[in-house]
Amino acid sequence: MDVLERIGEQVKSHAVVIYMKGTPQFPQCGFSMRASAALKECEVPFAYVNVLQDPEIFENLPRFADWPTFPQIYIDGELVGGCDITLELHASGDLKSMMERAAAKAEPEAD
Amino acid sequence: MSRKQRIEEKIQEALQPMYLDVVDESYMHAVPPDAESHFKVLVVSETFIDVPLVERHRRLNGLLDGELRQGLHALTMHTWTPEEWHEKGGVAPESPPCQGGSQAG
Repeated sequence: MDVLERIGEQVKSHAVVIYMKGTPQFPQCGFSMRASAALKECEVPFAYVNVLQDPEIFENLPRFADWPTFPQIYIDGELVGGCDITLELHASGDLKSMMERAAAKAEPEAD
Repeated sequence: MSRKQRIEEKIQEALQPMYLDVVDESYMHAVPPDAESHFKVLVVSETFIDVPLVERHRRLNGLLDGELRQGLHALTMHTWTPEEWHEKGGVAPESPPCQGGSQAG
């Protein structure tokens, strides 16, 4: 699969996903650390991709959504932004509600 | 001309900010002393009125595209309208400490 298709699949199949340097447990960049910490504080499950472990994604993610830096946070398939925007949304309380809405939408419908 | 001056010039010209602060924060990271790699930018501009945050950041990323391709590694952005700036009491948040990943990127 083409790398841009692979990224497209990842952002579609996870309600919330962060592309970061390192992992939420062991972040390797201060901005990735802060952004993933903000997501954790919202107490809604999220996926992460460690771009340092995936050179192909590291190289190509900037052109996926025309955003040149890491981390990148996607909610409900849309780029929300990087660290600064994520922190601003967290401070205003919007981040949690956006994550909750996306998670609810991703839940399979009950019979 | 330093990268700081080039960044200031580009933003001044494009966004006519009411307030602009460009800080070279490279010293906070594991890079050589003259790296000019990590910057924090605070822009208060009327051109941001009714523009979503993600689009404001896109504008700056676009303005600084050439710098980002030539060694500008991290760009922290605070992009506010004059009204938002006033509500926040006129201070930019502190940037985070480095966790060592700069060399990988």
